[in-house]
Order: sequence, then C-alpha cells, then structure tokens
Amino acid sequence: MKTEEAPRYPMTRASGCPFDPPPKLKELQEEAPLVKVKVFDKTAWLVTRYADQRRLLADPRISADVTEPGYPSQTAQPLRSDEGVGIGFILMDDPEHARLRRMVTAPFMIKRVEALRPAVQKIVDGLIDDLLAGPKPVDLMEAFALPVPSLVICELLGVPYTDHDFFQQNSKQLISLSSTPEERGEAHANLGGYLYNLVGEKLENPKEDLLSGLTERVKAGELTRQDAAGMGVLLLLAGHETTANMIALGTLALLEHPDQLAVLRETDDPKVVQGAVEELLRYLNITHNGRRRAVLEDIDFDGQLLKAGEGRIFPNDIGNRDPEAFPDPDRLDLHRDARHHVAFGFGVHQCLGQPLARMELQVVYSTLYRRIPTLRRAAELDEIPFKHDGSVYGVYSLPVTW
Amino acid sequence: MKIIIDQDKCVASGQCVTAAVDVFDQRDEDGIVVLLNDNPPDDLAADVHQAAAVCPALAIVVED
Repeated sequence: MKTEEAPRYPMTRASGCPFDPPPKLKELQEEAPLVKVKVFDKTAWLVTRYADQRRLLADPRISADVTEPGYPSQTAQPLRSDEGVGIGFILMDDPEHARLRRMVTAPFMIKRVEALRPAVQKIVDGLIDDLLAGPKPVDLMEAFALPVPSLVICELLGVPYTDHDFFQQNSKQLISLSSTPEERGEAHANLGGYLYNLVGEKLENPKEDLLSGLTERVKAGELTRQDAAGMGVLLLLAGHETTANMIALGTLALLEHPDQLAVLRETDDPKVVQGAVEELLRYLNITHNGRRRAVLEDIDFDGQLLKAGEGRIFPNDIGNRDPEAFPDPDRLDLHRDARHHVAFGFGVHQCLGQPLARMELQVVYSTLYRRIPTLRRAAELDEIPFKHDGSVYGVYSLPVTW
Repeated sequence: MKIIIDQDKCVASGQCVTAAVDVFDQRDEDGIVVLLNDNPPDDLAADVHQAAAVCPALAIVVED
C-alpha cells in the first residue's frame, strides 16, 4: 500500500488565475474537512471548510500564541519571542489579549470611523486629482493604493506622513516571507525604534491621536513605553499594507470583470457599494496564508480528536470559496450577500481595523471608477507582478492608464 | 424576541451596529457593545439575526 506524503502548505496558485486560491487547496476542501499538511519541517492540519473555520476560530481552546507547542509558523525560522512581544496582542490569548486590545478599540468604533469618512473622501479625491493631472501610464499601487491608507493611518495614529518612505520600506521587509530572519529583525528594530521615539514625543506633547491616547496608559503604568511602541508598529503595519493591497488587487479584479466594474461605476447607492466591498473581500482574500493556531487541549470535533499541541491552519481563502456558504463561490458577484465572509478572520482575533478598512474601501471603490471611467490596465495581465511571496497578497505594481 | 449580550466576550468589532443600528450601540471608552433595546419589534428580526451571525466573538444571543 502506498503511503502518501502530506502536501506542503502554503500551495501555489494556478498560472493565469491570480484571483483564485491554489487549485490543490480547493481539491483538499472537497475531499475532507481536516487535512494533514507539511509546514516547513513540521506537521499541521488544515481546517478546510467555512462553518468549521468559524466554529474553531471562536473556540477558546484554540490558541493564537506563537510560542505554544505545535503553532505552525509562517516563516522557516519561527518568530523569536522578542519579535512576538513587539508584534503584540495578535499573538496572545485572552485575558491578556483582551486587556491590551481594548486599549486601542475606541478609535475603530463605527461612529468614530464614520466621522472620518469626509476626511478620507478628501484624501481620495485629492489623490485622484493628482493622478488626472499627472503623466500616464502610472503605477496605481504607488500613486494611489498605498498613499490612501498610509495617509489615513498616519492621521489616526499621529505618525508624520512625511516619514512614509521609511516605514513603507521597513514594513515591506518585515512582512515579506522571503526576508531572512536578520532582515526581518532589522526592519522590526527600525520600526520599533521609530515608534519608541514617537511615543516619547507624545508623552511630552500629547495630541488628539491614538498614540497620544496610549501614552495615558503608559503614564498610568498599565503599559510600558516599549509595549505602546509595539502596538504602534502593529497598527501602522496592518493599517497600510492590507488596505493598499485590497485597493490595487480589487481594481485589477474589477478591470478583469467589466460587468462588475460597471456595477460600481453606475451606482450612487451606498448599500450597493457596501455589498461590493464585502464581495471583493470574500473573493480576494489578501491574507492568503491562513490563520495559524495551536490546540491547547484535546477537542472532540464531530467524532475526530483534535489533539493538544497540534498546529491548525484556517485558510480563509478557501473558507470564503466554500460552496456550502457561498453558492457558485468562484464567481465574483457584487450583488451577492457576502457579509458573513471570513476575510478578516473570526473569533476574538478578528481584524481590529476592519471598520476602518471597510470605510476606506467603500470610499475608494465608489469614487475611483466614477471619476476615471475609462481606467484600464497598461500592461498585460501576465506582466503584472503578484505578491506570491507576501504574507499579504496583492500586486507589487499596477500600471494603468485612461 | 429577546436579545442577550455578553460584554466580557465582546471584541468591539462594531458589526452589530452596522447590521442593526437601532438595537446595538458601542460605549465611548472602548467600543464594547451596548444594547439599546432588548426586545425590538419584529420588523428588525432579520437585522438582529444578522448582527448575531456576524459577531466574531459570539457575544450576541437571540431568543425568538
């Protein structure tokens, strides 16, 4: 009898299908709800189906702590514990996770995010004015997709946007899966040092921004200056890399689906725009390496045992393409009800910034194609460099013209 | 319809507010859920059920 070697995870996408999950992953989902895979030299289990992903990600016996035995690392060399401290509460469990996370939830409340909408609209309009006045073709990633969320998160955190070259460069190096541990360490130290100094300035001269809010916690002894800087790194990173990729990759996906692009170009109904954002999040899954977890204690899972100390990976890209949850899942359909997707994860670690990301994407998608109705690619699809090696998927550049 | 919320479980995602703004709110200091109406009219039932379904922390229980 032939024993089959467990497949390696992550897997590669099919050439010519840059918006779809790897075909092998879809096959595994059809075959079984739990699939053993190799992650570097370790074994872990994929949870392939939507309903199971939601159920287990919300289970407190499933840990997000990177230092737990069995935790399936994203990188060949696992994060060192000092890196983990800097990256903060996303790699911790409750109650410490909840204590720290709640220190930064207020600015992401729906009403506060809504209050930022006019400012975001102004940023987006200003950047489009610049695009229209500038040369073409132009790289949409550089000229539009990156500046929108960078400007917004800088404003929210109280980070000077004039430093964007520095933190974009270091962020890129920190989250690239092809960076060496030394390169990641260096980028992390650079960003940490930068935020540490900024927190110091805000301790002296607090303003109306998130970092200044954290200095109150530092003064009250609830947080060290180091931890406040670490949270700043996390929010700065998360705030611009993800949304930037959704803007550029979303635009490319829409350009490849002209009937869907027309839906956005021809509507002024905020409900249609909201629905479109949810569907693009579901369809694209820029966080394409799965949520990583470790099992803390034995769990009886529909008769199968999830053993303590095992690694579990929740690939949201196939969760969001599960036909049980989304009929005809591989079709991009901006009119479908996709709100229950797991693109932001699920459970207590669900993306903190999702209300902000959603609002930014609503503003971008409802403005860009209406103001530049003839927007089109200025390169062949197969010439566009995709971030196959990124922990966040997207495009490195997107040449466009109109 | 009766709604029960768990503020200890809540992670302040605010998705309940997006789904049913007349029923849920968030407290100013940390965005944790506040129930505005624990027995809303039947015409809000679909929105309330959606709020419970999209809550990532399973902090909302709806009893019909």
